[in-house]
Amino acid sequence: MQRLLPAACLAFCWMAALSLAAQDLQVPATVRAGSAFTIPTSGSGSATFYLIGPASRTKRQVQMGQEIQVKPQEVRSAGRYLAIVRSGGTNRSVSFYVLAAAPASLSFLAHPSRIPVAQRGGIIGVTFVFDKWHNLVRQPENVDFRLAVNGGPPASQTVRSRDGVAWLRMNSGSKAGNAKFVATLRGIEETRVIQQVAADPCHLQIKAERNAKGVLVETAPVRDCSGNPVSDGTVVTFTANGAGGLSTVDVPIKKDIAQAELKIPGPATISVASGVVMGNEVKVGGQQ
Amino acid sequence: MKLAVLLVLATIAFLILGFVFPVHQASTPGIVSGEALPGVGGTGNTPEAAVRSLLGDVQAHDWSQAYSLLANANDVDKEAFIHDINGNYGSLRTFSSLEGSGTRVLNQSGDQALVRADMHWSTAVGPIYEVRELRVVQQGGNWKVVWPLEKQATVPPQVVPVNYLRWDVIYRGARDDWGTQNVDSPQVRIVSMNAVQHGNTLVVVGEVVNEDTVPAFVDMNAILVGKNGQDLDQENSFDKIQHTLLPKQVSPYRIDFPGFNLSQVKSVRMDAKAMLVPASADPVIAVLDQHEQENVLGNKVLSGNLLNESGRTVNIAQVLATYYDSNGKVIWVSDGYVDRALLPQTPEPFAVEMPDNTVGKVQSYRVTVNHYIRQQS
Repeated sequence: MQRLLPAACLAFCWMAALSLAAQDLQVPATVRAGSAFTIPTSGSGSATFYLIGPASRTKRQVQMGQEIQVKPQEVRSAGRYLAIVRSGGTNRSVSFYVLAAAPASLSFLAHPSRIPVAQRGGIIGVTFVFDKWHNLVRQPENVDFRLAVNGGPPASQTVRSRDGVAWLRMNSGSKAGNAKFVATLRGIEETRVIQQVAADPCHLQIKAERNAKGVLVETAPVRDCSGNPVSDGTVVTFTANGAGGLSTVDVPIKKDIAQAELKIPGPATISVASGVVMGNEVKVGGQQ
Repeated sequence: MKLAVLLVLATIAFLILGFVFPVHQASTPGIVSGEALPGVGGTGNTPEAAVRSLLGDVQAHDWSQAYSLLANANDVDKEAFIHDINGNYGSLRTFSSLEGSGTRVLNQSGDQALVRADMHWSTAVGPIYEVRELRVVQQGGNWKVVWPLEKQATVPPQVVPVNYLRWDVIYRGARDDWGTQNVDSPQVRIVSMNAVQHGNTLVVVGEVVNEDTVPAFVDMNAILVGKNGQDLDQENSFDKIQHTLLPKQVSPYRIDFPGFNLSQVKSVRMDAKAMLVPASADPVIAVLDQHEQENVLGNKVLSGNLLNESGRTVNIAQVLATYYDSNGKVIWVSDGYVDRALLPQTPEPFAVEMPDNTVGKVQSYRVTVNHYIRQQS
């Protein structure tokens, strides 16, 4: 048995070599998607030419001894192709790979669409490189990423694509606003907008003053720790603890300031909070 | 013939027995003693009967008959009486009906009496129990009810400028290219969670905050995990949460697991689902004069006043109260619906129950308000 096995392997290899010898079709070493090329043939008479690809198939009559012209539209999809010439009951074939053409477009995924300022590694950009026939370009390419908000310093980085994908993580800037996140490759540019928003309020301060109706409470302009005005609509909670009990009101910020009129007649201690951030406390006296 | 004579004699004998040994206040099977019956009108000849009769007419929506049983009809306008009982301005009471009631005489002396009426309303958001103590007086030989009309303030005509923010959303279109950016869901965070046993119900309470700069529609789910790691049950917060959260707004939540015990549970898996929704920062509702007190039944309640600071009527308001212990931990969340509409700039009282197991532990509390506004064309 140990002697028979190498002999069987040798016989199989010989048969494979003989079969390959029959496939005498020749194709260029590199075929790019959407590019024309020729396949030389030998012999005479007519034959049927088949080209089977990942997304197409072609069948036509050819003349043996002449070159077979493969048209650009017949090899638009990248992948493995099989070319077969059938003549007089004999098949000659060759399989070859069509590679993606030059980069023509980028699919750019940017996440998230909103992010607080000064977040480390919070922005993710992923690009997929495609040629003009929507084939993934797997050859390495340099993709430039640039993140910039109006009036702020831009941040940029170059990433080499691997298997058609280039991705990176970036920090959000310190300035709130709509940041342009641009991916560029050989003049191809794709832009996404990342809304950089103010972070949690910092040093929340209020002042209170009694008037005829009650107590007017107002925050100082509410800003985050980077100095950005906190978004309008952000809820600020005023709490007044007085003789009549506890009074609370949730008020949205308008033009950087939250304001409320608390109808409390007696003296009270008023505090402020926004989300999980607490502010200062003020005391107001009772009505005269 | 003999049988007929025998039957007549037996009937006469039973009648005599009935007069000699009367059964006083025998109750009808299936009907609670002292409960009003719809359609049972007529003037009562006892204080309790007068109240029962009035509530029976209310249950039957016979407003004219109910109004005729009032002792203070001269002081109470009929329309105001109907609005007081049947609601107005699209309030919760307008979506309610009196399902049943019970009465009890608290005291009676001469031609005056005090009767407690326990009313059970069936509403669009579930049953609501209301207790009123009604003064009943004798007028012209009949007992009549002095209706304690809670006058609803009328709002003077005025223009209330409202310029709060409103958020609208444009989502990614179906025909956009692959890779085209969409708007992300809001970021919300569970800031606290506590599982407590309340009778035979395991209750998960806590708070959730919208950390984003856009409004969020939030729903809380919890899964009980048993000692062997198997899922025991899954429930959500239903209406025990403020679903629409504006940026940086904090909402309490409560999730009930009836029939489960803390000893069965190894852990609780929490999940906060948030969706980006259009929303408005209007109306602002202040919660004034919050304090603990006892209601007429002697139960601890948290009460106060709601003040709608906007110019639109809030049809239905729901109060959510969060109770904290001395460490700032959430120990209970209770809620209650206000059955009257919140008119602009008009205080409206509320009260929510504080369960017995929290009394003595509550160090502070916080009240938030859910609101529902009927869409205007």
